[in-house]
Amino acid sequence: MLGEAKIRELLSSAIARSPADETEVVLLSGDQALTRFANNTIHQNVAETDVSIAVRVAVGRHLGSAITNRPMADALGRAIDRATSVARLAPETADFPGLPEPQTPKPVRAFDDAVAGASARWRAERVREVLRLAQSSGAMAAGALCAGIAEVAVANSRGVFCYHAGTRARFNLVISKDGASGHAQRAAWRLDDLDFEGLARTAVQRALRARQPRPVEPGTYPVVLEPYAVQDIVGHLAFSGMGALAVQEGRSWMNGRLGDRAMSERITIIDDGCDTAGLPMPFDHEGVPKERVTIVDRGVPVGPVYDTTTAAKEGRRSTGHAVPRAWPEFAAFGPLPVHLFVAAGDAAIEEMVQQVSRGLYVTRFWYTRLVHPRDCVVTGMTRDGVFWIEDGEIAYPVRNLRFTQGYVQALAAVNRVGADTWLLSGGFGSVRVPALSVSEFTFTGVTEF
Amino acid sequence: MDDLLARALNIAQLKGATYADARLVETAEQTIVVRNGAVQGISQTEDTGFGVRVIADGAWGFASSFRLEPDEAERVADLAVQIARASALTKTEDVDIGPPVVQRGTYRTPFEVDPFSVPVERKVDVLLRADAGMRGVAGVRTTEASMVFVRQRKIFASTEGSLIEQEIVESGCGIQATAVGDGEVQRRSYPNSVGRHQQTRGWEFVEEWDLPGNAERIAEEAVALLFADPCPEGVTTVILSGNQVALQIHESCGHAIELDRVFGNEAAFAGTSFLTPDKLGTFRYGSEFVNITADATLPGGLGTFGWDDEGVPAQRTDIVKEGRFVGYLTDRESARRLARTVGRSDLATGRSNGTSRASGWNRIPMIRMTNVNLLAGTWRLEDLIADTDEGILMDTNRSWSIDDRRLNFQFGCEIAWEIKGGRRTRMLRNPIYTGMTPQFWSSCDAVCNADHWVLWGTPNCGKGEPMQVGHTGHGAAPARFRNVRVFGKR
Repeated sequence: MLGEAKIRELLSSAIARSPADETEVVLLSGDQALTRFANNTIHQNVAETDVSIAVRVAVGRHLGSAITNRPMADALGRAIDRATSVARLAPETADFPGLPEPQTPKPVRAFDDAVAGASARWRAERVREVLRLAQSSGAMAAGALCAGIAEVAVANSRGVFCYHAGTRARFNLVISKDGASGHAQRAAWRLDDLDFEGLARTAVQRALRARQPRPVEPGTYPVVLEPYAVQDIVGHLAFSGMGALAVQEGRSWMNGRLGDRAMSERITIIDDGCDTAGLPMPFDHEGVPKERVTIVDRGVPVGPVYDTTTAAKEGRRSTGHAVPRAWPEFAAFGPLPVHLFVAAGDAAIEEMVQQVSRGLYVTRFWYTRLVHPRDCVVTGMTRDGVFWIEDGEIAYPVRNLRFTQGYVQALAAVNRVGADTWLLSGGFGSVRVPALSVSEFTFTGVTEF
Repeated sequence: MDDLLARALNIAQLKGATYADARLVETAEQTIVVRNGAVQGISQTEDTGFGVRVIADGAWGFASSFRLEPDEAERVADLAVQIARASALTKTEDVDIGPPVVQRGTYRTPFEVDPFSVPVERKVDVLLRADAGMRGVAGVRTTEASMVFVRQRKIFASTEGSLIEQEIVESGCGIQATAVGDGEVQRRSYPNSVGRHQQTRGWEFVEEWDLPGNAERIAEEAVALLFADPCPEGVTTVILSGNQVALQIHESCGHAIELDRVFGNEAAFAGTSFLTPDKLGTFRYGSEFVNITADATLPGGLGTFGWDDEGVPAQRTDIVKEGRFVGYLTDRESARRLARTVGRSDLATGRSNGTSRASGWNRIPMIRMTNVNLLAGTWRLEDLIADTDEGILMDTNRSWSIDDRRLNFQFGCEIAWEIKGGRRTRMLRNPIYTGMTPQFWSSCDAVCNADHWVLWGTPNCGKGEPMQVGHTGHGAAPARFRNVRVFGKR
């Protein structure tokens, strides 16, 4: 861990020596470790200490950036020089609104000493317990336990300095037996929030129950979706349409739906980077405090999230959702919500199943891809446990299915929302989501297992 | 820097490692993104660090750091051994990587013009001209043009005595135009989707693909797609463009033949494979026209190098011969396990065929595709279309999805044209095709010739936890498949 004092000194001195009109420095630092297991043994076990520092400079409205993983004054100086020389060569970026002025984010505590101190031996012992549980059922376990520390700091030449240190832990596993499988996953910043044994028992039970699946015809069925599947729905809607750039460019599912009821009134989606029930980070990568933004209010899309550039286009304030602009892979993304919460309902999963006469119970979606943006039409597979529901009871396992489904329409068809929410992490941030009961979901194919 | 690696290897052995290797990787990357007529970003990245992989107590450990200091080399090597000893708590057998592999030498990507020597102004000018060409077409809403250049220097050393230096250079470029109509969004990309095409080449690669010269055509197609008829639903003949065949190979062959995946190592994340060891040498993967190789020796491929990240030399391996499945991608450990599982033979030699790669200094090597290629056939594309009474020609991937054993796939393409009476006719939008891997490849009855064959680059291949984004190559030409289920957007 570099620590706030050292980072402040490093970034301040870099900005002071910059010849550019405006300078922004974003630092990401981490000590991460991951223990990976398969076939009931640990097969990959890794640790990493890294830092990444991105410099973005403006000479007038000419922008340049450079990135280094050397947190030393001379390397950072070289990065500033490279960014500045690039800016002097670059044409003007007409819509650059300037770097944000200082605002004071509210500190959020999200650091757990237990996560930070989770040693390789400690991780291996937790994994060993899970493997024993799988072995006792004659099953095979595969998965990963990761734990680490992440530091984020943003400073700019207008006086912004923000720092946040947090811990992250995640446990996921797939239990396999006789060609069937069960899955469990959770994320947390507190180690006590991860119930390894409970997750393992759930996955084992699911794998045992998923054996000898029967074929089912593709078609449109009512479904009960576990939170893992709901995570995928919310993630796609976020990535392909909850940011202001997508809306401004007319390629978001929100276009044509803003202010109208597009989903079930049971669906409310909020982004909140300061809620400790998620994986908090109180400011964005421009150093703007994260606002709590209601994106869908009781089925009505209210509006996207903003960074300074997209906000300036509409004469409004950034909501604190900038992604790291200097990193090439993010350059054209625009703002994104990465701390999403779907409001809980009042139903237990068992109650949802009881209300389905003929339908499917889906644990998880996998390999999902956007087929078409305007309705957020997505294709993907079910995985690790899908079951036929008959007369309000889970009757038998079925073979995995392919779906091709508009996710907006799926959320329009929600009957019940789960009372319990799970914190899950994926490619972009975290989501806390409940299970959902959906009256119509379209499956377009089946596979052989 | 050799001293840093030598110190790490020495400490690892002193702490009890029976095997260790260390990699120092220094990467420079330049990315330029132009969007809607403005330079969205020009970034120059430098990233350096080292990783130490060990076997201790018969199990694997790996640790890495960005700090290139002697005491950090000692800390990281010590940590790697501690991690390996922790791994050993669950081991069922000792890791077996076979006899020592001792390699010494250097490799450099051959290129004509160093892309880092070309002035940024010149690169920006090419992108702005391409962007302007697209924006000149009425109806286009969003345009994007980008270039990527990578130089990676690697030093690999092992306790077996290997010492290898490599310099890999990559150049990538691409454009895309998005048109928005009444409730419809359509995108066209060139030369490939997902942002760009990429090879281990120099600046000459960018010039050959002529982004400005293709900009207007691509933009016009994006706008035309807004008004095109939807792809009809049914079972028909499909001709796939080379860049789509490349992705078909990647998803339904390349990933399926990764032997670590076959043995279950990716079960919790990337999935397993239907190509189980019992199928080696006997399974009919495709028709007689399907010949697939994994070839890390082909010039220009994103999977081209001198040695893999275990120090094993680059090789060419037969994967499918006239439709029969004959080979996997292997690393040292999985090759040994395969020979133990199915018995040593010409197809299971117990020796790695050199596909173990890590995405950077901070990642452990794992089996990744090199250049997995469908060998060229004999057809000219014009003749293939003329030989097709009724069908659909699909071009450039838009969406891709396949089940976790690599069987049930569904791909969407950006654009399609109907083929009637041996002629390409009306444009179709939102085309999708779906199938099962062995049945699909068995329905292949024609592959175009070497004139149409391109070594496509896939720089966005995800695998592993922590995630590693790999760079793979796929040589492919347009190919024809019979009795394929197609449909439009649902």
